[in-house]
Amino acid sequence: MKDQFVVPARLKKTSFVLMGVGLLTLLIGLFAFKNENATRFWAGLLQNSSFFLLITLASTFFIAATTLAHGGWQIAFRRVPEAISMAVPVLAGILFLVVMILVFGGKDDIYHWVNLHHVHEDPVLTWKAPFLNKSFFTIATVLTLGLWIFFTIKLRNMSKEEDGWDLKPETGKKIIWRNTVVAGGFLAIFTLSVGSTTPWMWLMSIDAHWFSTMYSWYTFASTWVSGLALISLFVVYLKKNGYLPYVTEEHLHDLGKFLFAFSIFWTYLWFSQYMLIWYANMPEETAYFQPRVWGQWRPIFFLNLLINFITPLLFLMKRDTKRNYTAVVFIAIVIIAGHWLDFWQMVYPGTVKELQFPWYEMGLGLGFVGLIIYLVSINLTKAALVPKNHPYLKESIIHHT
Amino acid sequence: MAVKNFVVGLFDDEAVLFPAVKKVRTAGYKLHDVYTPFPIHGLDHAMGLRETSLHTAGFIYGITGTTTALSFMSWVFNVDWPLNIGGKPHFPLPAFIPITFELTVLFAAVGMVMTFCYLCQLMPGVKKHIFHQRQTDDKFVMVIELTDKTNAQEVKNFLQANGAHDIEEQQAEAGWWFGRFDKDDEPYLRKVKTVNA
Repeated sequence: MKDQFVVPARLKKTSFVLMGVGLLTLLIGLFAFKNENATRFWAGLLQNSSFFLLITLASTFFIAATTLAHGGWQIAFRRVPEAISMAVPVLAGILFLVVMILVFGGKDDIYHWVNLHHVHEDPVLTWKAPFLNKSFFTIATVLTLGLWIFFTIKLRNMSKEEDGWDLKPETGKKIIWRNTVVAGGFLAIFTLSVGSTTPWMWLMSIDAHWFSTMYSWYTFASTWVSGLALISLFVVYLKKNGYLPYVTEEHLHDLGKFLFAFSIFWTYLWFSQYMLIWYANMPEETAYFQPRVWGQWRPIFFLNLLINFITPLLFLMKRDTKRNYTAVVFIAIVIIAGHWLDFWQMVYPGTVKELQFPWYEMGLGLGFVGLIIYLVSINLTKAALVPKNHPYLKESIIHHT
Repeated sequence: MAVKNFVVGLFDDEAVLFPAVKKVRTAGYKLHDVYTPFPIHGLDHAMGLRETSLHTAGFIYGITGTTTALSFMSWVFNVDWPLNIGGKPHFPLPAFIPITFELTVLFAAVGMVMTFCYLCQLMPGVKKHIFHQRQTDDKFVMVIELTDKTNAQEVKNFLQANGAHDIEEQQAEAGWWFGRFDKDDEPYLRKVKTVNA
């Protein structure tokens, strides 16, 4: 039984190659998109850094939600979402750098509202100014990123510390109790940030006049299902390399159910946001969908629905595909790529406007994928792959759907 | 519809029942059914029952609901009685989606419940023989069907050895019949001769 992960040379090489591709693309972008084209340079960074930060943060959410629900089945691979969540501090740093340059570098082609001349001439932006201003944006961003990092590291450190404890009923109770408290704290913060204000500030304020209360939930659904896909990918990778002895196709089946269910959940929110705006047909609301449904972005808009709804719905419907390692890997990659596309069509119609082949965005995306692989594999080595003292471990071993 | 001979054994604990069920199959006896007070996880696999196709039926009912909703609404608003509602097109797909969804769920749910009742032969007015009064209360009841190749005493000894108690031989109707819930009657039992005595 292999309980200690060792990073294979091939994986390390892959991650470095991918990071190299990302850096090279960034460099090319720096020279290719100058002056009036610089919008695309920053839009690509904003899209990728927010997407990849939020899908790794979904792992912390996974840990917190399953802990609070007293779930036992995920303990056999709990170290995997823990390791993925350890990428949050680094990715949060990158995102922070990007949005701060956007706000204080006066990039009003991305965030219209950072230019005070626009705000003074514009009654809507003036009215929104108490929320959409540089200091509020900065304070809220620092606060949310700081709290995410704090709770993520706290959950991880507690889990590592518990490996050194003994197997007694009191110890088990203590483990459950303190994890529940910290997970509860994180979820409160998560709901107030990802479930409410954070996507409004980072992404929705691109279309500063437009507003949708569904937007944050929509963003959350998108990143949560991709985060689950990311967890599935790492679980299958480790399993196929002979690690995670207690993980069986029963656990994979449950992850597959999650992917299926939350793909439908995403569609539900997608549709809820779209239908109300379509029905009311008010110009200030339909402005958001105009370029997406009737403009250049029309193919992407419907491709988004095809990849993120129809494909997982039909593919994961059967029990056999959810229990098949290859099938889950396939659909997980499709889901991550699909929601990356979703973020692309959220950011780009309001900034770059024209639809172009996203070679630059894809290159950056590969760079982030490499970075995540690198960070996760490093963090997987830092603890045993099975949390041996967790009181729910047995429940996970005998898990049966 | 046939009256058959059975050997009935009671179990107190599912931990005893499980190995017994497996042994019955390896011994080659014909397992009629196992009655339990609550659903037992994995018992269907131990009994060798095939995977249910209820979900496939559910999918078919679901897409029937989808097509019914979409085709009916488009027929009403385009062919039968076109109305201008708030300047929306005559085929307003987003407005149709909630109703399509509801009808998909309705068809799938009702269809699956009815299919389930049909497969389990459950209906008001449909009765079946109860092998033991406590089979839905606190006892696990295993029923083995006697064929012309099995010896009743041998099966009884087998059940005894595997932890059953109150073992008895019963002659009963294996299928269902129409009757009232408050009348304890088994019409076929009285009229028909046993097929495997």
